[in-house]
Amino acid sequence: MKNISWNDQDGLFLPEMALDFLPPEKLREIQSQRLIATVKLAYDHVPFFRARMEEKGLTPGDIKGIDDIVLLPFSMKKDLRDTYPYGLFAVDMKEVVRLHASSGTTGKPIVVGYTQEDMDVWTQAVKRGLLATGFRNTDIVQNFYGYGLFTGGLGIHYGLEALGATVIPISGGNTERQIMVLKDFNVTAVGGTPSYFVHIIDVADKMGIDISRLNLKRGIFGAEPWSEGMRTYIQERSGIKAFDIYGLSEILGPGVGCECEHQNGIHIFEDHFFPEIIDPETLQPLPDGEEGELVISTISKRAMPILRYRTRDITSIETEKCICGRTIRRIRRIGRRSDDMFIIRGVNVYPSQIETALLRAEKALPHYQIVLETKNNMDLVDIHVEVSREMISDTVSDMDAISRRLRHAIEQVIGISVAVTLREPGSIPRSEGKAKRTIDNRQHI
Amino acid sequence: MKIQQLSVFVSNQPGRLHSVCRTLAEAGINLLSITLADSDDFGLIRLIVSDSDKAVEVLEKSGIASTITEVIACKVSAKRGGLADLLATPAGELQIEYMYAFPACRDPDYAIMIFRFHDPDKAVELLQQSGVSLVSRREILNTGCGN
Repeated sequence: MKNISWNDQDGLFLPEMALDFLPPEKLREIQSQRLIATVKLAYDHVPFFRARMEEKGLTPGDIKGIDDIVLLPFSMKKDLRDTYPYGLFAVDMKEVVRLHASSGTTGKPIVVGYTQEDMDVWTQAVKRGLLATGFRNTDIVQNFYGYGLFTGGLGIHYGLEALGATVIPISGGNTERQIMVLKDFNVTAVGGTPSYFVHIIDVADKMGIDISRLNLKRGIFGAEPWSEGMRTYIQERSGIKAFDIYGLSEILGPGVGCECEHQNGIHIFEDHFFPEIIDPETLQPLPDGEEGELVISTISKRAMPILRYRTRDITSIETEKCICGRTIRRIRRIGRRSDDMFIIRGVNVYPSQIETALLRAEKALPHYQIVLETKNNMDLVDIHVEVSREMISDTVSDMDAISRRLRHAIEQVIGISVAVTLREPGSIPRSEGKAKRTIDNRQHI
Repeated sequence: MKIQQLSVFVSNQPGRLHSVCRTLAEAGINLLSITLADSDDFGLIRLIVSDSDKAVEVLEKSGIASTITEVIACKVSAKRGGLADLLATPAGELQIEYMYAFPACRDPDYAIMIFRFHDPDKAVELLQQSGVSLVSRREILNTGCGN
């Protein structure tokens, strides 16, 4: 490991991190070998992939290295639904040791399977992410990602155990008990969705407990897009360092990539998950540095190899090397998903833009929800914002000034007129998993 | 000579006023006066209560946001023109955000008006210079209201 330039803040290099620092040519060699094997596996055992490749006149022999990945057909969420439940599995069920599934709120659920080797890949990927963000075996970690069919809880759990940390598998919900455990169990780190952690901070506040005075040092958050402003908010209110872990069930679950100690982009564990950026309109690959849709191929998974999966996440691949010295490439944090976007009066709007505007106007992150409605055949956006005790005043004119200020801040960012409704604290439902930011009550004719 | 007024923010929904009053009642807090300012989306309930600090605390525990504002209670002669006379003093030239009558129960000769001046300190100074009698917190609590 002589050639490694290593820049961790605590100066501690662990052998498990070596894969993050492979020389680029070595990394490409591994990627090429793994892609070739994965394409062969998928072609031979998954009729869906064989059919798609045949449509393009491809055989596994055409894929000679990682650069040939651009020849392969894309896959999408719809393909996973259409082949529900096991249609994309490439191995016999006796080799599958784990199943997970999406909640299926937007249609049929999707089912994903893992062999024991896949589980090891997953566990090691999460562990590498944890190490990169400074988690160590001395940490006592409260894992409030949901356990069960959702990949979040168990995915993070296995990585933490492999690291040797002490895991508290509390799952989501029962916020007051979460706070009791945070305090009484001397918890040093947490994992979960960022919106639920914000809720925990708020409830603790009401209970007279200042989270920033506990032993908490760091947290790993994911499963929903969260803005840089939300990170600042979490860090300032709780005194922890908040890291972004990226993943999606179709590919793995959490651990496809993770930030390092420097919090400047998500390192993709590209020896297992190969990232590309494409133009979502033309589907043409874009060079590193350009923004587009993230496409990921699993190049070492066996139970369910997924090639060129369109994630719907909008980002770019960073061109500069990270100061941590890792050679695996980084993507910019996901601020928006094309799935979350809504179109109002012909304008594309992302909830994260509204979050950014609220943070800018209030210097704090109020709870909010975006309600889309139709009135007199016109689509309207109504942003419901909970007022905090600090925001309220005794005069209606002051309160109107707050809603006017919020309205202007949002309109400046998204460019169309909106309404702002001030609401009582606690009146917008809290989520214990992924936050539901947009309610669409529009009548589509 | 300023007194505390509690302002409670509520959504414009049936049952919210009840919920605020019930929460205060269960904490043993008396309401000496109450008015409601409404807008399209929300209401501001303004109250003078027996213990404002405790009220903020119990409301906060029930997830209801409130704030304390300083207002001025003035004695106004109960004869015709009493309020006009008061407003003819220099304090009447100051900006008044809102005002309302306090239900003074014991003495039929005067009324108590509650003023929320934009600049309460300046108002107290001018009112006192003009000889307007201001009602102290203790007197407010002894008006006999809320018992």
